[in-house]
Amino acid sequence: MSPRAAWRLETLGFKDVSDYGDGKLDWMSAGLPMEGTNAERPRAAEVARKDVPTCRLNERLGDVRERAAAQGWEAAVVVNEERIVLGLLRGKELAGDAAQTIEAAMRPGPSTFRPYLAIAEMARFMTEHKLESSPITTSDGRLVGLLLKDDAVRVADEFHRSHGGEEKGC
Amino acid sequence: MPRDIGRAEVRRLLTEGAQLVEVLPAEEYKADHLPGAISIPLKHIDPDGVAGLDKDRPVIVYCWDTT
Repeated sequence: MSPRAAWRLETLGFKDVSDYGDGKLDWMSAGLPMEGTNAERPRAAEVARKDVPTCRLNERLGDVRERAAAQGWEAAVVVNEERIVLGLLRGKELAGDAAQTIEAAMRPGPSTFRPYLAIAEMARFMTEHKLESSPITTSDGRLVGLLLKDDAVRVADEFHRSHGGEEKGC
Repeated sequence: MPRDIGRAEVRRLLTEGAQLVEVLPAEEYKADHLPGAISIPLKHIDPDGVAGLDKDRPVIVYCWDTT
């Protein structure tokens, strides 16, 4: 999105245009200050696990299950070569027939959430909808990490306690 | 030709007076934006939308990421 904006600005007569390609995610991940309604609240991107295992559509379920287990995970996110989220494997899917392809075993088109969402909002939503984990993606679908409900509830409650009840997880 | 720059260069240019523009939808800007950034969503980057920018000063644009 920003490269198109940069080029468009040049056509409008701006002669010194730069594109911060790593963008807001890079700034946030560096722990630099932000402004806006979520500025002081923990956000989904900060709490999401960036080390979640990923896999491709044509892999075998048994291989992915072994790889995930070796990393201490009971979930994996299915992505393409651009890290666009195509599906999700939670415990139930990972427990399927080892010979299946990921394409056959995965939960396709999982609901994804944006990085800037307040963690309290995510904790409430995931609790109400009984979601144990949810992929966090950029607006164009690229994986940022997997948010675990337990992490979201814990961080939201910690923030709530440390801010005198300003925000409640669930 | 626009330059692709990293975080350190962004910070340096900002100290020299560069203009910082978030091109994401306005609601995403409202929730979180870099300090000092203004909001001009991509679809509003046209002669009217950029009228408030100074063409003689550097401009930095950003979104979530482009990797």
